[in-house]
Amino acid sequence: MSAQYHLSDELLLSYSAGTLDEASSLLVATHLALCPHCRSRNLAADAVGGELLDALPPAELSPGLMDSVLAQLGGRDQAGAAKVAVRRSDIVIPEPLRSYLGGDLGALRWTRVAPRVQQIAIDIPGCRARARMLRFQCGTQVPAHGHSGRELTLVLSGTLHDRDAVLARGDVAETDEHTEHQPFAGPEQDCICLAVTDAPLRFKGAFARLLQPWFGI
Amino acid sequence: MVAMDNPRSDRSATPDILSDCIVRIAAQQDQAAFETLFKHFAPRLKSYFIKRGGDPALAEEITQEALVALWKNAEQFDPAKASASTWIFTIARNLSIDRFRQARRPSFDPNDPAFIPDEEEPPDRKLERAEAEKNLREVMNSLSAHEKSILMLSFYENHSHGEIAKRLGLPIGTVKSRIRLAFGKLRAALDAQSGVRP
Ligand SMILES: [Zn+2]
Repeated sequence: MSAQYHLSDELLLSYSAGTLDEASSLLVATHLALCPHCRSRNLAADAVGGELLDALPPAELSPGLMDSVLAQLGGRDQAGAAKVAVRRSDIVIPEPLRSYLGGDLGALRWTRVAPRVQQIAIDIPGCRARARMLRFQCGTQVPAHGHSGRELTLVLSGTLHDRDAVLARGDVAETDEHTEHQPFAGPEQDCICLAVTDAPLRFKGAFARLLQPWFGI
Repeated sequence: MVAMDNPRSDRSATPDILSDCIVRIAAQQDQAAFETLFKHFAPRLKSYFIKRGGDPALAEEITQEALVALWKNAEQFDPAKASASTWIFTIARNLSIDRFRQARRPSFDPNDPAFIPDEEEPPDRKLERAEAEKNLREVMNSLSAHEKSILMLSFYENHSHGEIAKRLGLPIGTVKSRIRLAFGKLRAALDAQSGVRP
């Protein structure tokens, strides 16, 4: 089944413009791998970029620039034989995320951060936003928390119940500083997701504050 | 070869001509086609890279890189999927992330076994989509020069509304309402494109 909860226009446009940070772009691109609907919207966003490029006032070029470029034109890259992609439903983590993690689910080494909660921090040099994989054992309640910035979540396995929504594989949740929520993992199986935060989470309550060092930046 | 009386004039090359030029490079390494593309895009690419934060010399250097990449990768261009401007924009954008932000741009891989492919589109859906794309272009063309430059500043340069107002010498309220208006028109076109709910 394809995703029910999609990328916002704002995320999609900034991904297309190239102004979105790498961690958030990783989440956007991984959703796009799973969502034909948003890929079509992404093509439209790129078309906006193309139109804006076309509308730019032409800059004066140095004389000789064309000759300099013509001199650099060699043979073209030959497209290799068209690959026939073999679809496999047993791979849980799609590209580009799989490469950032170094393998699919079976190859991952999780770190326990709280009872029934494990994580893997994804190191992205120079990126202020933080990306991490989170694994909640089935039925686990995520401690209630608010946000000082944007939090993006992409569900890859299991389900995440957040207020009225039930998020499944491919679904995206986007929350901002005004959101306080207490999502929990569905009872069927562990919930595995990619989470990206651009500012530390604010946990409520003494127990939850103990988690801050692991979840925070 | 397309006759061009005045290569500097703005719309001397139509989207179809430009698109055809890329196809001709892919098919037969057509240098004349490349020159047509160069005349149209090189001055705009230089503008773009200056806007993204390059000084004129660096902007020209990356413009050359973008155009060489266009020549090398012409086979990847699919005229059914994107216009010449759109395709060249994606090349320029990826280069600017690499050169100005020293970051990678993660993107999906259609050959990944876990990738979920598009469903086969029924013909009427294809028509709908072509219609929506035209719609988007019309919306873009209907924006005023002011709206376009404001969109450009907010979309590509991540400037705050305050900074944009200062640069354009406009009251911040005016800038905000213009951004909302221009963005709203684009969103409507994007939603038409996506077919279903937001
Ligand atoms: Zn989607």
